[in-house]
Amino acid sequence: MLSRVKCIRPLTSAKRFYSKSELLTTPKYPGAVNAKFTKDLVFHNAVPNEPVFPIFHIMDLQGKIINQSSYKSVRETLDDDTLVKMYKTMIQLETMDTILYNAQRQGRVSFYMTNYGEEAVQIGSAAALTETDEIFAQYREAGVLMYRGFTLEEFMNQCFSTSKDYGKGRQMPVHYGSKSLRVQTISSPLATQIPQASGAGYAIRLSDRKDVAICYFGEGAASEGDFHSALNFAAVLKSQVIFLCRNNGYAISTPTSDQYKGDGIVARGLGYGIHSIRVDGNDPFAVYMAVREARKMSTEKHVPVLIEAMTYRGGHHSTSDDASRYRTTNELTYWREQMNPIFRLKKFLTNEKLWNEENENQVRDDTRKKVLSLLTSVEKAEKTHLDELVTDVYDQVPETLKEQKKFVDAMAKKYPEAYSEGH
Amino acid sequence: MLNLVRPGRNVLSHLGRRLYSSQSAVSFDRTELDSDKIDFKKYLNFNHEIVYNYTKEEIDVENVPTHKTNMCGAINEAMRHAMEKDEKAVVFGEDVAFGGVFRCTIDLMEKFGKDRCFNTPLCEQGIAGFAIGMAAMGYKPIAEFQFADYIYPAFDQIVNEAAKYRYRSGNLFNVGGLTMRAPCSAVGHGGHYHSQSPEAFFAHVPGIKVVVARNPVQAKGLLLSCIEDDNPVLFLEPKKLYRLSASTVPDDAYYLPLSKAEIIKKGTHVTVIGWASQMYVLEEAVKMAEEVGIDCELIDLRTILPWDVETVINSVSKTGRCVIAHEAPHTNGFGAELAATIQEKCFLNLEAPVIRVCGLDTPFPLVHEKYYVPDNLKCFEMIKKVVNY
Ligand SMILES: Cc1ncc(C[n+]2csc(CCOP(=O)(O)OP(=O)(O)O)c2C)c(N)n1
Ligand SMILES: [Mg+2]
Repeated sequence: MLSRVKCIRPLTSAKRFYSKSELLTTPKYPGAVNAKFTKDLVFHNAVPNEPVFPIFHIMDLQGKIINQSSYKSVRETLDDDTLVKMYKTMIQLETMDTILYNAQRQGRVSFYMTNYGEEAVQIGSAAALTETDEIFAQYREAGVLMYRGFTLEEFMNQCFSTSKDYGKGRQMPVHYGSKSLRVQTISSPLATQIPQASGAGYAIRLSDRKDVAICYFGEGAASEGDFHSALNFAAVLKSQVIFLCRNNGYAISTPTSDQYKGDGIVARGLGYGIHSIRVDGNDPFAVYMAVREARKMSTEKHVPVLIEAMTYRGGHHSTSDDASRYRTTNELTYWREQMNPIFRLKKFLTNEKLWNEENENQVRDDTRKKVLSLLTSVEKAEKTHLDELVTDVYDQVPETLKEQKKFVDAMAKKYPEAYSEGH
Repeated sequence: MLNLVRPGRNVLSHLGRRLYSSQSAVSFDRTELDSDKIDFKKYLNFNHEIVYNYTKEEIDVENVPTHKTNMCGAINEAMRHAMEKDEKAVVFGEDVAFGGVFRCTIDLMEKFGKDRCFNTPLCEQGIAGFAIGMAAMGYKPIAEFQFADYIYPAFDQIVNEAAKYRYRSGNLFNVGGLTMRAPCSAVGHGGHYHSQSPEAFFAHVPGIKVVVARNPVQAKGLLLSCIEDDNPVLFLEPKKLYRLSASTVPDDAYYLPLSKAEIIKKGTHVTVIGWASQMYVLEEAVKMAEEVGIDCELIDLRTILPWDVETVINSVSKTGRCVIAHEAPHTNGFGAELAATIQEKCFLNLEAPVIRVCGLDTPFPLVHEKYYVPDNLKCFEMIKKVVNY
């Protein structure tokens, strides 16, 4: 485990910035440093009787179930196989992330964004959705796609702009989308998907569907105007939408202390009349249960729900970023080694005899082999055909654009070497 | 072989030529390329001496203390000078405190404190509105948008507020102290949302100025003038140039004129106009053209709005031919405005239609970027085309 972490950035021995006893019991999510844990699943519609919105959890920081009644309720709809599938997806995601991150470092892919540290919020929420729920995501939600069945090959085709990329090689890596999995294609401009999800959730209600639109976004994106209009619209118009904020403590270099002065994102929901809850985003059971119940509420009462999942961005913002410029090694070590959601679930599954080292090694090895072999094949694979340069701007290619394309073709014909790969 | 009509032609010869070529005057088909080819490989590691030039009358680099720096450093210096000179100069934006994602604001927080260099919450609309409010109080906000592609949430504040603040109040109020910076244009792997060149949107907005720089010396002098200027200014920074080779830059503050284009190479056969990182492409195209005997006059427009009509018109009147190139899409790009003005003002001197070489009318693509951009070969072919017309 550690050696994989090391290939990201060498970690010095962990000198923790919190005392040991605090570390074991108290949540220290940077997005809400003073929040306490709670065992009560409450979708607040009024300010709670505590100075800070509490964090709903089921499993403690060491992977022990401390909230038996909620755990029981979770297991009524979450069988062993599903639980193991969730964990497998988490480690597959981590393995793919590590290889593609390193592939970028070697210049084999232009860009990448890892999901480190946020596997539980992604996969815990995905597991609570139905196949017909509609996904509006930001960009750090590859695990949601993976859990829904987006294959390693599909991920790699997108990242390497092959002719099999559904997005036809037009967008940067990690901008996935899937019609069959009901995942709207990712767009880089932040927060734009949030009011869109409100609209989708409204359309879902008008069609009498028992589904929700679920919208993922970061706590940074929640500062955009789009976030606020999205919540207000959804509440006023009774949209069947779940807003799921991944509060991972940072927006690139900007810590949450520079992002907001209020009590995180959860408190904002109340201002718009939206039932809101804060959960431990590194506890897959808590995330699962919150999303399951939010779905129920949203589809039955035709209302939006806001979930703030507290977590920590365990990697650089992207391959263009060097997080060591703005956060300490100690801080990172604490999150990657002590607070890692993968370790937590693994401990639990191992204790339950649902998982062992052999399973672990096998899944990791298989995934690694698969991703590495795909890496060589997608690198060599054909790229999207040049004709696709001008399609899909409109349903039909306009005459003016056809003429522009002719010029491009004439140039490519005259100077084939200049336009071939490598120049 | 070139059969050029010499500069200084008279109206009659011009008319004769028009009658002779009236067919092609109607449709100027860009797909019919000249059969002559150039060895483009010669230009792969090209030394951009012309683009790194400066006009001696505008700036003295030889007799003053200087140092070497790249574009990123030059922009950082400009902000530092402005903040030293005026306590009311303040720098902010997303991730600005730690130095910015492109490192342009590095050390400014350490040097000037957290009140004068700070992170904002992630909201471009907020950044623009906040900056406008500070400017209304007589401050000199220098607001950074992390990418020009993400400036659109601020469009309303810029277009309806900053640009109209003076006019709508009868000059009771103004936000002349406002400067907005945004990294723009292609880098080779930016796709839709890290590649855009949005100058034309803002060129349609009376009340703001739009300025772009092509090299470190230009960037420092132009940005300082933008900050000093008593109008809201959008300063676009071609991010591809941030880390390109360093040039010799004066240590002190200096100011380059706004609304003044620069002729960076004199020539007689055809006027070639561009701005920003496109100047590097155009220098290569101009050198290619030189190989086949075409002598281009190369102009960096520098200020997009309000632009320097005089320099452009004088040049095209002299050469009788013009090629304009920009990365932004063809339709309604700023090249359209240049071409329209040129045909209005130089009609009788034109020997060929004014040609634009631009990005395609599509979103900026990732995998096909090199086909999309107006590269050196496209520009070269079009230069030949207007000359052979
Ligand atoms: C409108 C807009 N502004 C700025 C950016 C540049 N940008 C990309 S990601 C990012 C930080 C986002 O942080 P957050 O929403 O917390 O998500 P996280 O990366 O932490 O998952 C910024 C500023 C952008 N993509 N879109
Ligand atoms: Mg974040």
